[in-house]
Amino acid sequence: MSWTPDELMTVNAARALAGARTCFVGIGLPSAAANLARRTVRPGLVLIYESGTLGSKPSRLPLSIGDGELADTADAVVSVPEIFNYWLQAGRIDVGFLGAAQVDRYANINTTVIDRGPGRPEGRLPGAGGAPEIAAGCGKVLMVVRHSRRNLVERLDFVTTVGHGSGPGDRARLGLPGAGPVAVITDLGVLRPDPETAELVLTELHPGVSAEQAAEATGWKLRTAPDVGETEPPTAEELAALRELSDRGA
Amino acid sequence: MAEILSLREAVASLVRPGDTVAMEGFTHLIPFAAAHEVIRQGVTDLTLVRMTPDVIYDQLIGMGAARKLVFSWGGNPGVGSLHRFRDAVENGWPRPLELDEHSHAGMANRYVAGASRLPFAVLRGYRGSDLATRSPTISTVRCPFTGEELAAVAAVNPDVTVIHAQRADRDGNVQLWGLVGIQKEAALAAERVLVTVEEIVDALDPRPGAVVLPSWSVHAVAVAPNGAHPSYTAGYTVRDNDFYQAWDPISRDRDTFLAWMRAHVLEAA
Repeated sequence: MSWTPDELMTVNAARALAGARTCFVGIGLPSAAANLARRTVRPGLVLIYESGTLGSKPSRLPLSIGDGELADTADAVVSVPEIFNYWLQAGRIDVGFLGAAQVDRYANINTTVIDRGPGRPEGRLPGAGGAPEIAAGCGKVLMVVRHSRRNLVERLDFVTTVGHGSGPGDRARLGLPGAGPVAVITDLGVLRPDPETAELVLTELHPGVSAEQAAEATGWKLRTAPDVGETEPPTAEELAALRELSDRGA
Repeated sequence: MAEILSLREAVASLVRPGDTVAMEGFTHLIPFAAAHEVIRQGVTDLTLVRMTPDVIYDQLIGMGAARKLVFSWGGNPGVGSLHRFRDAVENGWPRPLELDEHSHAGMANRYVAGASRLPFAVLRGYRGSDLATRSPTISTVRCPFTGEELAAVAAVNPDVTVIHAQRADRDGNVQLWGLVGIQKEAALAAERVLVTVEEIVDALDPRPGAVVLPSWSVHAVAVAPNGAHPSYTAGYTVRDNDFYQAWDPISRDRDTFLAWMRAHVLEAA
């Protein structure tokens, strides 16, 4: 059995949702993972999309957060102010699942602008969307990011969304109610914040990946946990479910 | 009371050069037909407001209709970048574009304040984010009851809000359903409201979860069948995901973009 690095990442991202009750889902990689979780580790997972759907059960991967099927299959459809104020801000959602353009060692996110150096205009990214308040208000945050020096950077050009700020205690100081990022799942392994320093460290590697490879693809000096583990290979069931979702999406 | 007008008359009478215009619809019910009419009429110097600029504002920006954009997420959903938006911001083509940038929660609350005719809204938002350093419409306020410091965002009150809905009756009462997004707040925040609809019917039978905008809260209703394409109208059309993907190569190049707009918008009526 073979799989792609992206499949490995999505399968592991889905597994991270085992036990979660409700998930605020970003589009793209997070949506693929959350929908896979509903077909594998967590059939009852309640998917919440910022377009205003509570409990979407799409039969294929939606291209956008507003695809009709998300609304047609939802337990309830609410307005955008309601989803952000009554559901997210009120602390009713267990897990926020985000992607990102740039992530730093404290799991802060930039999705706004890229500094291209003196004399050159800033490169434009899409912007914040729901992320700042999803990362603030959900019980905890999972992130899924392709592992590269471009994405995992020493210094963010702009802080769009706070993960752990500049280290331990920053979330409390800023008044951010949720626990913040607890795992960053990549196509090479899993990074988790060190309980003491809040810095992301390598805690798991995917089969066939070395710690050196992960360190090489990270923009900061990535530390490896002493007891670094290996993720279980994707099962036939997981891969079949993921491929069925993706085929229907395409 | 809403007047029932042709789309051409409705845009000509409600949308003026220099206006602040919100064309809303959160992925669903995006008023593309009305935006195309704005482009054909050559209305310019607009401040465009919209949570998710989407392809609709990529087209308006690329045609030079906007001088400023107020927004919270500017991408082609599920596909990638909005190339005309990026070209305007990064290179000033076809003209520089000023930005006022928020989070979704912030923008949603700006509309709520606008609809309520309050000067600002409060939320737990933007904490630790650099967004506040770039926007004159993000600040903080201390709660007089608990002392908690909260984000304050200025109300947004467009000169005109344009939305698309499923249908209206002959008196101009408007009914929309499915993902209703931010349209009610955007409409009630505005000075003037233009609604395009799939059809005009004799009676609006009740629909679960529908929003009704009474005729006396709307200024003009215009029939525009399939007027949300490539977005969609639940119950009438489906989202044209292929078009959203096709937009990427069309919009990547300035000349290809202009040729497409000429053939499909300027010379279409």
